[in-house]
Amino acid sequence: MPSVRRTYAALAFFLAIGAAGCTEVAPWQRGNLAKPQMALEPYPLQSSFRGHIYGSREAASGVSASEGGGCGCY
Amino acid sequence: MLVVHPKKIALFGVFLAVLSMPLFAVERGEISGNCTLPLLDGSGNVALNELKGKVVYLDFWASWCGPCAKSFPFMNRLHDELGGKDLAIIGVNLDENPEDGQAFLAQYPASFTIAADKGEQCARLFDVKAMPSTYLIGRDGVIRDVHLGFRADEGKALRETVEKLLNENPSATGAK
Repeated sequence: MPSVRRTYAALAFFLAIGAAGCTEVAPWQRGNLAKPQMALEPYPLQSSFRGHIYGSREAASGVSASEGGGCGCY
Repeated sequence: MLVVHPKKIALFGVFLAVLSMPLFAVERGEISGNCTLPLLDGSGNVALNELKGKVVYLDFWASWCGPCAKSFPFMNRLHDELGGKDLAIIGVNLDENPEDGQAFLAQYPASFTIAADKGEQCARLFDVKAMPSTYLIGRDGVIRDVHLGFRADEGKALRETVEKLLNENPSATGAK
């Protein structure tokens, strides 16, 4: 048996195994995902507040924004 | 020497892909399938096909689902006001841990029937798309309405549909 065919067969085999891993989590199986410790953003209000502060400070001094806002408040 | 059969392996791949395919969606107008569910308190079973002639309010819920908690008072009201008139309200719990469901019920008591779907066969049969999902089944066993999720202002429309279904052919045979 040529090794190319064997390589293809192995590739197909692992693709099949991988495809079986592409499973959908059913809506009723999301109990663990719904737990607060599974949240990507544990404190969304605090994060958005900090983001706002960071954004406005940085924009004033011109680090993450293209140029400073020039409001003289930095 | 290991002999590799590419065709067999490809077939195996197809088989795996078929296994992981989603089920057909259950929509209004379809005849409701039958599933038998043990009651959560262990006092027997409830089977959908035994409820022919009744209007069935089938609600899938879980303890971790926020809107489900909001729907419980509504379902209690519906049960208290219309439950005697050929209306069967069944809350199907889909918690992996039965204790979680019990704890939820301690917090949000239910006056309607609570069943457990430990094997998930009912959820699969109805292809539950969201939590909570409500299926309104008419006296003829046909799914007449599918309602995904629950918001406080949606109770009115649900109730109207239930009343409409109750008024259909009240002397249907098989009504207990």
